[in-house]
Amino acid sequence: MSQLSTIPKPRRNVELLLLILALSVGIGANMLVGVDQAKAFDSDFWFQSSLLAVAALVFHVVLRIRAKYADPVILPLVVALNGLGLAMIHRLDAPGEDTGNNQLRWTLIAMAVAIGVIWFLKDHRVLRRFTYISLAVSALLLILPLVPGISAGEILGARVWIRVGPMTFQPGEIAKITLAIFFAGYLSSNRDLILLAGRKIGPLQFPRFKDMGPMITAWLVSIGVLIFQRDLGSSVLFFGLFIVMIYVATSRISWVVIGLGLILGGGFVAAQVFSHVEVRIYGWLNAFSPDVYETGSRQVIEGLFGMANGGLVGTGLGQGRPDLVPFANSDMIIASIGEELGLIGLFAVVLMYVMLFTRGFRAALGTRDAFGKLLACGLSFAIALQCFVVIGGVTRLIPLTGLTTPFLAAGGSSLLANWIIVGLLLLISHTARGPVDTTPLPPGGAAEPAGIDTPTEAVKRA
Amino acid sequence: MSDLTITALRFGFLILLWVLVFSIVSAMRRDLMVGRKAAAGTPTARQVRKNPELAEAPPQPLKQQAHQLVVTEGPLKGTTIPLAASPILLGRAQEATLVLEDDYASGRHARLFPQGSRWFIEDLGSTNGTYLADQQLTRALPVELGVPVRIGKTVIELRP
Repeated sequence: MSQLSTIPKPRRNVELLLLILALSVGIGANMLVGVDQAKAFDSDFWFQSSLLAVAALVFHVVLRIRAKYADPVILPLVVALNGLGLAMIHRLDAPGEDTGNNQLRWTLIAMAVAIGVIWFLKDHRVLRRFTYISLAVSALLLILPLVPGISAGEILGARVWIRVGPMTFQPGEIAKITLAIFFAGYLSSNRDLILLAGRKIGPLQFPRFKDMGPMITAWLVSIGVLIFQRDLGSSVLFFGLFIVMIYVATSRISWVVIGLGLILGGGFVAAQVFSHVEVRIYGWLNAFSPDVYETGSRQVIEGLFGMANGGLVGTGLGQGRPDLVPFANSDMIIASIGEELGLIGLFAVVLMYVMLFTRGFRAALGTRDAFGKLLACGLSFAIALQCFVVIGGVTRLIPLTGLTTPFLAAGGSSLLANWIIVGLLLLISHTARGPVDTTPLPPGGAAEPAGIDTPTEAVKRA
Repeated sequence: MSDLTITALRFGFLILLWVLVFSIVSAMRRDLMVGRKAAAGTPTARQVRKNPELAEAPPQPLKQQAHQLVVTEGPLKGTTIPLAASPILLGRAQEATLVLEDDYASGRHARLFPQGSRWFIEDLGSTNGTYLADQQLTRALPVELGVPVRIGKTVIELRP
């Protein structure tokens, strides 16, 4: 794995400038939403805007103190996306509904947790100690929604929610972070074993059977999620995460071939055996036929009509009818944005995701430890895959699944998980861009395994 | 508010969105390029003064390159293996490049791999350890010509 170095330079002032621009996008969107509904600039608007601005600036100050060299564009990107999502959810609230304020509350909680991650974790390498604990935690989080008593039961055909007091929470969102930590820890320790052993068949080198253990586990987890929780999206996300991380760790295309083979095989069997998967796929292929429209594809088709109505420049914020689409503020928020901001606005949003993803990979290239590289790749790929699955689903490129749009969609668990991911990416980019850290690992941390990534030293001749 | 104002605000917002996108792109232009030198740009004299680690390392004298691996002690004494560009696995396992018939060697004992113009030896978690010039390996280290590497009863050396 290679490594790129830059001159260590904090660039926090650049971040402040971009952050002000990002806040003006978020707050401007919120203002425009109100302009046509004759409720602009009421006390609510000022309250919400100032809360968002204060939270973002506090985050910025924390970065100045704790992660001086962190990537300067990640925070503005995320704040802009989150602000845009807040405005859109606020705009879609029917009179009496309060999803907008609820989302704002969750945004503040999630930002506070991300600040906590940066403040108390300090060094992402500490997480390596928790490799196997995080595997156990992931398993626990994935099983929780199936436990009677805690489970919130089947909501919209999927069992992925648990009840915490008056609220519901999706533990699977947090599980993607703990799974990424496990994969990164496991692969950075066992990379060489997986790399060297195995026999060659044709141009592909296949791993030994016992090295396939974690791969089979990952496959079983995603199939288990599909069968017991009926959640196609998370299943694809977990397995995709694993394939990408093992490919990044070993640069063997054979893993991708095996992985795609397993997922196609598993998906085919699932489509035959489970009615809900089959209904999804049928509804996707024949979305416009009247019998499917009534039972399944209405959401996607209304979303497509909405985006068509928006055209190139959109109807303008607050002036379209995205509320006609079911779940316009969560699953279909991309369609709502496409309708009101048009293709031009939607592409800006997609580009922001692309830039966030590239910054995550840039942090992975720059950081010096194999664990950090794998973790940054895994986390940023999780965001990218989620975007692909959601935007692909909304635009009918692939069947619509129940994943959330990171930072935009209404939903507390998703916001929380994605802000934690941002906190971790900022920490990793801090070590990647900062001056070379020569201090030893924090006490108790696992020693770096010998590998080509460890800087080599000259030995004295005896 | 008049229609005209609302239309102006509508387009103004789209422009604002793209202004944000382009400002971010220009902020990250600095390290978009791939490549060690391109990523940082050539450091100026002032930057070098502030950050000594950026200074160009003085060019190393050209090392004599290793072309073969020779077993100097142990049951396989006298065996030579030509070194190509691919890594060499040492151990008792059948898939190893040099199969050691040595009770003190692990199945997959150590790995010898080229990096740049040098060869590195790395212990693969063996039971009895790998010794480079009588020092037990704790990480990958470069192997110079003629320095003995001991695995169990076997000693190997790199020769030009």
